[in-house]
Amino acid sequence: MATVTTIDVRRGRTAEVPLLAIAVAITISARGLVDFNTDALDWASLAAYGGVTIAVVVAFHVALRRWAPHADPVLFACVVTLNGIGLAMIHRIDVAYALRGRETSFASAQAGWTLVGMALAVATIILVRDYRILRRFTYTAGIVGLVGLLLPLLPGIGREVNGARIWIGVFGRSLQPGEFAKIAFVIFFAGYLVSNRDTLALAGPRVLGMRFPRTRDMGPLAIVWVAALLVQIYERDLGTSLLLFGMFVAMLYVATQRVSWVVLGVGLFLVGAVLAGSVFGHVASRYTAWLHALDFSVYASGQSEQLVRGLFGMASGGLFGTGLGNGRPDLVPYAESDFVFASLGEELGLAGVLAILTLYIVIIERAMRAAIGVRDGFGKLLAAGLGFTIALQTFIVIGGTTRVIPLTGLTTPFLAYGGSSMIANWIVVGLLLRISHQARMPEREAAT
Amino acid sequence: MGQLSVTLLRFGFLILLWVLVLSAIGVLRSDLYGTRVLQRGRGRQRVADPDPRSEKMANLSRATTGVKAGSISTKDPAVAHLAVTSGPLKGTVLPLGSAPILVGRAGTCTLVIDDDYCSARHCRIFPEKGAWLVEDLGSTNGTFLGGRKVDDPVPFHKGDAVRIGATTLELTD
Repeated sequence: MATVTTIDVRRGRTAEVPLLAIAVAITISARGLVDFNTDALDWASLAAYGGVTIAVVVAFHVALRRWAPHADPVLFACVVTLNGIGLAMIHRIDVAYALRGRETSFASAQAGWTLVGMALAVATIILVRDYRILRRFTYTAGIVGLVGLLLPLLPGIGREVNGARIWIGVFGRSLQPGEFAKIAFVIFFAGYLVSNRDTLALAGPRVLGMRFPRTRDMGPLAIVWVAALLVQIYERDLGTSLLLFGMFVAMLYVATQRVSWVVLGVGLFLVGAVLAGSVFGHVASRYTAWLHALDFSVYASGQSEQLVRGLFGMASGGLFGTGLGNGRPDLVPYAESDFVFASLGEELGLAGVLAILTLYIVIIERAMRAAIGVRDGFGKLLAAGLGFTIALQTFIVIGGTTRVIPLTGLTTPFLAYGGSSMIANWIVVGLLLRISHQARMPEREAAT
Repeated sequence: MGQLSVTLLRFGFLILLWVLVLSAIGVLRSDLYGTRVLQRGRGRQRVADPDPRSEKMANLSRATTGVKAGSISTKDPAVAHLAVTSGPLKGTVLPLGSAPILVGRAGTCTLVIDDDYCSARHCRIFPEKGAWLVEDLGSTNGTFLGGRKVDDPVPFHKGDAVRIGATTLELTD
């Protein structure tokens, strides 16, 4: 004889307060350290920056208490920390550029994008009262995602920057619709897979102890594979195609629990990558820059210059870094966006960079925890998919800057300069907070 | 503004960063939730490890509740039993110990009733000062004791019938 009792989860809003206090302290002290070490410490402006930070974080916390009281206690604090470190580093690079006579205002723009992103995250939490209503928009989301992905190809509004055609111009500003398309695709994949996973998990031929799907069930995988390849070819955006395809394979695995999908997916991607490398020059040069980064001829031709400068920067940071404001991160091209991780590696060292990576791991773990806690299949797939987008994006960018995989042009979530990425990732956090609220809500409240 | 203060600030910031990481992980450690199975042995309670995989446990619960069909034990007359006398689980008998019994549709309840008229957590039957009481847990369709709707805890005597949807529960020896 046994009784089964539920362990009530703590709501976590109280546990969140001390974490947020540390997160805010990190945000403000990072900014203060940059100013102190570059001899530009102005207490008045630091106080204003700190005041705004505290006000915004408190407002978000109060909104969580009001609209999602059971939401995850750790997620928001981790994201605030990453965002704060990113803002300080971008401000630091502004200062470095100014010393070299290049006037930039990346930090203030990024702070504005952060505020917009946080406001939209709160709006997401309020508007999406129940994440399950998103399932109604499965196919709408699929079309929105596809249109978003293809918009940059349209003549007139599409913009090509540094060889990648992933921007569109709206109201005089440039926007990366691909960043928002990824959220739409997660909703679409989750809705599609929860309806069709039984077919996809059906018995098929057994090879090497793994059950492979039937050929006719491989349609969706093939379509996404072709879409990812097309993005890679026409928009020259290796990162987004890798992100999109990886996300789909991961969600297929979550939906069907079959390793064969992962084997097939990885195999198809390798085939695609090798094909693209042998057919298209721009992909081949990425591979050369990756495999032979330190060859003098490759470096001198400029192919791997950015990558190698980033590596040198991280190496000079060593174990504990030069300290915020004491390094020379501006020597790496695009130190504020593509190579923000190398800049952080230089000034915070291995110790700081590992802390940042741990924060990412915690965020991703919380997404998976929400997926486990949620009671319906759609919610599980949605939370797991959103977690995988952050995980894959982080891996692709940081893997690229540390020369684990070829360099691609994605943004480091919450750290790198870029409005679209910042807003899109805050919306992802809003959705995850909403899902975790419903996952952690005690059953008797959920039932009524 | 010497070299010393620069170094101290540099390490201070890294320490602050790790304090956040470690305290976040500390919060996660206490974030186990889900269901817990309490084994009721002879007068001794063994606590099984709390398993965070709530769903697995929820599926198990029906088996672990020890719900046995049609086996009324008469070995120990002092121990009362809760018998289901009508409804889908008719013939089920639960031995009553000192722990309260939760009746509802949720997998986490002691007695799981799969009935559309039964709420997730429907009612609770619990001992107090030697007597058994029944209490409605805010169910949608109500708990009825002898035709009267139950709200606050009311005594549940031997021979009384508690009705929940199509299910009737009675106390027996």
